[in-house]
This record gives sequence, structure tokens and C-alpha cells, in this order.
Amino acid sequence: MIRTALLTAGLVAAAVPALAEVNVYTDRQPFLIQPIFDAFTEQTGTEVNVVFAKSGIAERLEAEGANSPADLVITSDIGHLNDLVERGLAQPVTTETLEAAVPDAYRHPEGLWWGLTKRARVIYASRERVPEGAIETYGALAGPEWEGRVCTRAGDHTYQVSLVAAHLAHEGPEATRAWLEGLKNNLARKPQGNDRAQVKAIWQGECDVALGNSYYMGKMLEDPEQQEWAESVYIVFPDLAGHGTHMNVSGAAVTKAAPHKADALALLDFMVSDTAQDLYAQRNHEYPVKEGVAPSDLLKSWGDFTGDDIPLVEVAGNRDAALRLVHEVDYNSGP
Amino acid sequence: MTALPVTAPVPGRRSRPGRAWIVGGAVIAALALAPLAAVAVIAAGDSGDIWGHLATTVLPGYVWTTVQLMALVAVGTLVIGTGTAWLVAVCRFPGRRILEWALLLPLAVPAYVIAYVYTDLLEYAGPVQTALRDLFGWRTSRDYWFPEIRSLGGAAAMMTLVLYPYVYLLARTAFREQAGGVLEVARTLGRGPWRAFVTVALPLARPAVAVGVALALMETLNDFGTVSYFAVHTLTAGLYGVWLTMGSTIGAAQIGLVMLSFVAALVMLERRGRQGRRHHAVRPRTAVLPLAGARAWLATAACAAPVVLGFVVPASVLAGYALPRLDQALAGGYGTAALHSLGLAIGAGVLAVTVAVFLAYARRLGRGRALHGLLNATMLGYAIPGAVLAIGVLVPFGALDNAIDGLARDLFGVSTGLLLSGSVAALLYAYVARFLAMAYGAVDAGLGRVRPGLDMAARTLGAGPGRILGRIHLPLLRGSLVTAGLLVFVDTMKELPATLILRPFDFDTLAVQVYQYASDELLAQAAPGALTIVLAGLLPVILLSRTLERRDTP
Repeated sequence: MIRTALLTAGLVAAAVPALAEVNVYTDRQPFLIQPIFDAFTEQTGTEVNVVFAKSGIAERLEAEGANSPADLVITSDIGHLNDLVERGLAQPVTTETLEAAVPDAYRHPEGLWWGLTKRARVIYASRERVPEGAIETYGALAGPEWEGRVCTRAGDHTYQVSLVAAHLAHEGPEATRAWLEGLKNNLARKPQGNDRAQVKAIWQGECDVALGNSYYMGKMLEDPEQQEWAESVYIVFPDLAGHGTHMNVSGAAVTKAAPHKADALALLDFMVSDTAQDLYAQRNHEYPVKEGVAPSDLLKSWGDFTGDDIPLVEVAGNRDAALRLVHEVDYNSGP
Repeated sequence: MTALPVTAPVPGRRSRPGRAWIVGGAVIAALALAPLAAVAVIAAGDSGDIWGHLATTVLPGYVWTTVQLMALVAVGTLVIGTGTAWLVAVCRFPGRRILEWALLLPLAVPAYVIAYVYTDLLEYAGPVQTALRDLFGWRTSRDYWFPEIRSLGGAAAMMTLVLYPYVYLLARTAFREQAGGVLEVARTLGRGPWRAFVTVALPLARPAVAVGVALALMETLNDFGTVSYFAVHTLTAGLYGVWLTMGSTIGAAQIGLVMLSFVAALVMLERRGRQGRRHHAVRPRTAVLPLAGARAWLATAACAAPVVLGFVVPASVLAGYALPRLDQALAGGYGTAALHSLGLAIGAGVLAVTVAVFLAYARRLGRGRALHGLLNATMLGYAIPGAVLAIGVLVPFGALDNAIDGLARDLFGVSTGLLLSGSVAALLYAYVARFLAMAYGAVDAGLGRVRPGLDMAARTLGAGPGRILGRIHLPLLRGSLVTAGLLVFVDTMKELPATLILRPFDFDTLAVQVYQYASDELLAQAAPGALTIVLAGLLPVILLSRTLERRDTP
């Protein structure tokens, strides 16, 4: 413990030249991204040190200021990336590899953040009770035929807020409010649990359709207990106002203080390489952000779909208004 | 030239050394308050129209839910805590010696873990409802009614089950130390055991019980894991919403301050409960009221129920999940995480008790109101969510580190980088700031039971404050010190949000590992770590019960 304290205190770092290392703050669980860091270390010899925290990353960076040891923030939602930009904690970066790999819609125009993987917000539908083709749009979830049949997680969770923000960006406030109110009325129960818990609720018979991120399907299939839940549903890629399925990214930002900027950029380049993109797809069941990398067989089996290609910065700009709508219709109080 | 004036102690006035204690106490209290002050500074910022928006939409609901939850937990912990403490301290019934320490066991179970376990058991797909459906031939959830575990009532039940030991622990010590002789007197004067409990023992134990209930309620107030899992929208849940989804640190800090007003009310209630009612110990003795027949077994059942529900059931479920994966669990860095958890918990326990003794003794020496106010304020740290307190730790540490770095650059042309931020020292500081209320409450209650006459006698015999503390108070307080240290140890083992934010690179604790999996509803993977936290919590519980027993048999 003392050794760790000294190391982190920077006493050692001050005395010897910097080692090849990258320091990462992330809200993604280590068991998800560690394999990619391990592959990077094996290839380059650069160590990757990680602090995993669900909240407080931005505040920690702010407090640490110019001396912050962190180089890179890796986070799981456009909202968190946007927060870093708004607080002035990210610096613009670019490399040829990143430019070539990441499509415009999934990165910040000035390179303040870069998308690393894509995920679709899909509808999980009961195999038993929802015939194929019965639901094809997010809008339909608010229709009268789904009354008492819908499950979602809390309305102010960041994934839900991003979906509402995308709806706002395409359809405007009036239509979005009406849709949210309809959705709320159709809920089978008070919004609760995470995306997986919604699928479980379908399996239990509490509801027939649910909103969730696409990769959970793959994760549930891997878990001996949850496999049964996953097998009780099928995936629908719903359409949002003619633009396709709502997409979100996990992404990374290089911090303003980044003491190991070059190594951080090398790690970013590695994370959009074919190897890492494939690892993400195989392990986390996320869609590669890099064009030309094929999704895993499992992902392909869910079917082809059109992803909404609205620039995510535009979605991010609507998040605050989206959250206010969620509060105004009191979504979390349930049906 | 005149001779140097000789200062002699003025009779009737406090001597100088006492003042040093008071000043020291004030400095330490101020240090413990720094994170709260930082939160207040953040809250003073401009959060735009967030308040107008929240007040007209979701805030009234948050407040009302919080009040209901706290009321339910207060009643629950009070009834279970004092009821079992009384039975164990005064009555004799089968299994009493085991139940006496077993009643502490639920303390080792984190609220979020027990919430996961009971959801697993009681939800629609769980074994209980499945068995009922098979038994009665029901087909879907529309055929029958079953209480919803994920509800306000469910959250209150979960928290009561793991928080009642605070009340039990402090009430039992109080019943032991005070009620014995008094109870005999009451009985001699014709009071029945029930009336003796209500009219004599309970009022006498009120200071200790008040501390216990206040601790339980503070923990209720700052809980995030359980309420978010159960979709119960308390102020803490609202705070996280504003913080994480609106990205407003300022708004979150402001809700944190609203919560502090709840705690301030709790602390004031607790202090008022104690005022003018310092009961000083008579010689500890165990009054035994033998119970026979059905009443004896009823007492056994009453004391066993909380242990079974709060410990045996969750521990068995976790063990059932963990054992098949034991080799996998031990391979995954559990050893290091367990060492980190133990090291931090011991460090925080020792530090917090040391600080608490210093503060409580300084308070005893000084009678100035300023110190009282300051000390009461340090108790607030316990009740704001750990994550918010962590932000309050980040700010002063970051400022200090950057100031030192700037100075070193100016003077010596070298950069010191960040010395304390992101170090174990920052973690320990946060734990002490957060759990000081617990340690201080226990130590102060214990110190309050030592008659002031002892201090005066020792003072008359020429002993200074330090000597009095070391030779008289500390030995007398041993039980209270162990209690205080145990409470901090167990809570540090369980602590999650502040640990997540403040820890060094690649530094996991057991709670962090459990959370990683549990947050993804991977209860099976979380089970080994959760079970280890629970088991580690057992060691100090056993140690504590042994210490208490030794005291009982002089």
C-alpha cells in the first residue's frame, strides 16, 4: 500500500524519466476493456493504468488540474463525452488512422472526442406474444395497442435521455412530448432496473416489448442463467422518423493535461485498429465504428439495419432539453 | 531586573494544557469539515434554472419519498434494535449467548447486496413465487397478489434488516452498563418487566438509542445502491440524476446541501435527546430475568428472526452462488482486492477512533459553545452521499497539491506533481471524514457515562488531561472504542462511491469488484466478493463480542 501511495504520489515519477505508459479514467467495467489494453501492451510494451469509476471522473480531472496524471477518458455514452467537452477538459487531437477509421457522425468535429464502438438502441420483443412485424418504429411504442405492454429502464438514465434527444432533434418538442407521454402510459410497470432487467421482465410475462441496447443480447446469451431470458425475445431495429435506428457510441477523449499524449494517441489508434474493433465485437457484442470491419456472426444474425447517421454532437446538444421533458412528463412515476 | 514571573495555576480555573486540547480539537474538526465546506463552495455556484425546473417537476416527490423511507426505517430499527437488545441484556432464554453476538451479523451485509439477494428470491421468477404458482396452479402474475419487493416498503425493509444492529449495539451496551441495578430497584418497587423496560430502561438508554437511530437514518439518507435498484426516487437518487444526466456538479452539490438540512435536524434531535440526561455508569452487571416455556422460545424466535433474515438468508444465497465458482473467483485478483479492503478498513478504523477520542475528550474539557457547534457539524459528513463527499475531498487535495507543485516549481524548478490526490492518503482522509460521526458518537456516548467526578479527583491529585485520558478514560472506554472501531471497519469494507472516485490507478477493493458485476445484474459473479466482505465483517464482530463478554465477567 505504501509503495502504491508513493508511486501515485508521483515521488517516483518525479525522480525518474517517465515510463512508457498511458493512464486511463473510465466508466466502462474493467472486465470489458482490459483484454484490449492487454493486447495493446503486448504489441507496444506500453503499460495501461486504469481507474474505473461510474461518476466523478470529470470532477477529479477538474480538481487535479494541470498536474492530472490522466491521459485518456474512455466512457460509454455521448452524454459523458459531451460533458467533458463542455467543462473544457478535453483537447482536440487527430491522427491519420483516426481520420480514416471513424465516420464523421461518430466523432467531434474538432477531434475533442472519438467514437470507438457503436451500439443500437433496439426493441426487444417477446417471441411468444409479439408476431414479427407487429412493431417497427419507436413511435409505435406510444400507440394504443401497446398499452400496459412496454418496459423500459428509468427515463433519466443516460441511454434513454440520448434516445429522447435524438427524437427531439428529428421531430421537435411537441411531437417528442406527446410520444413520451404515450410511452409512459403504455408502461407495464414503474421504470426500473437496467436494460437486461427489461428482457427478464418480458421472459417473466410482465411485458411484451422493451427498449434496450443491442449488446445486452450477446451478453445474456453468454450467461447460463440469462440465456433463457435472451431466448424468449427477438431484436427489432426500430425506425426513428425515417432516419433509421438510434445509435450511440462508446468513445474516448484525450485530456487537456495528458502527460503521455503520444502514447495516448497510440492507444486510440490501436482501439480503432481491426484487431481491437474485432475484439470489441467478439467480446462486448458492440458494432465496430470502423467501416469495413465486419460485425461478429452473432451480430450479423440479428439482421441488417439502417443506423441513424445524425451527427452525435447534434444529439448531445438536445440532451438537456430531453431530460427536462422526461421530468416534465414525470416519466419515472410510471403508468 | 526583576525575577521572571512564576506562573502558578489559579485555583478554580482550567489550566493551560486543557486549552491545547480544545484548540487541537478545533483544528481536527475543521479538517474533517473541509470536504463539506468544499461542497458548500461548489453549491454556491450558479446552476442556472435547474432549481426552478426541479421544484416544479420532480423535487417534491423526492423529498416526500425520502421522508417516508426515513420514517419507516426509524420505526423498524428502533423496534428491532431496542427489542432484541433488551431481551439479550436482561432476559435468559435458549440460545441467548449465541444470539447476543449473532444479532450483529447483518451489519456486515451491504444494503445493496441484501437488495440483490431478496430480489432474486422474491421476484416473479424467483423460487418463492415459482413455488407458490406450482402449488396453487396460478399461471401469470395477474392471477394472484404478491408484495412487490422493488418498492418503497421493500427498500425500507432491506435497510432495516442491515441497519438495526447500530441501534442494537449501542442499546445493548447501554442496557448492560446502566439498567442492571436500576432495573432491580424498579422491580423491587413493583414494576413488571415490561413497564420497567418502557418507563425506566428505555429512557435511560435514550442517548445511546438516539445515536443508533441517527446513524441508521443517515445511512438511509445517503444510500444510492438500494434505492436505484428498487426505483425508489429519494433525494440521493435525484442528486445522482442531476449530476450524471444533467452534468451539473453545482446542482448536485445544492441537493447535497438540502440533504444536509435533513441531517442537521437529525443531529439536533439526537443532541436534544441527550441534553441534561447524561447518565453515568453504575458498575456494569447483568440482571437476569429467566424466561420459561413458550415465552422463552418466543424470545428466541424474536431474536433469531432478524439474524436469519438479515444474515443467514443472504449469506446462504451468496454462498450458493459463490462456491461453484470459487477457483475462478480466487484467480481474478481477489487476493489483492481483499488485502486492499482490509488494509484500508483497519487504517480508517484506527484513525477514526483516534480522532474521535481526541475530539470527544476535547469536548469534555472545553465547555465553549463554539467547539460544540463545530463538532456537531463534523457529524454531517456521514449523511451526504459518499460520492458527493468524494468531490469535496478532491477539491481541497487538488488545490493543495497544485499549490505545492507551483511553489516547488518557483523555488526549485522541479515539479512535484500531485502528492496526495489519487493516493491512499486521500482515501483514508475521505473515510475518516465520512465515518467520524459513527466513531465519535460511540466514543462520546461512552465518555458521557464516565462520571466527571473521576476527572476532578484525578485533577486534584495533580494529573494533567493527557494522563487522565490515558490512565482513566481509555481503560474505562475500551468497549466503546472497540465498538467505534468496528463500526468504521465494517463500513469502510462496504464503502463504494467514494472509493471508486478517489482511489489510485489499478487499485481495486472488494466492494469495487462486487459492484462491477452486480451493476450488470451478474449476481453470480459478484457473489464471491460479496461473501468475502460479509465474512471479513464477521471477524470484528466476533472480536467485539469477546471484548464485551470479558467485561461482563470481572
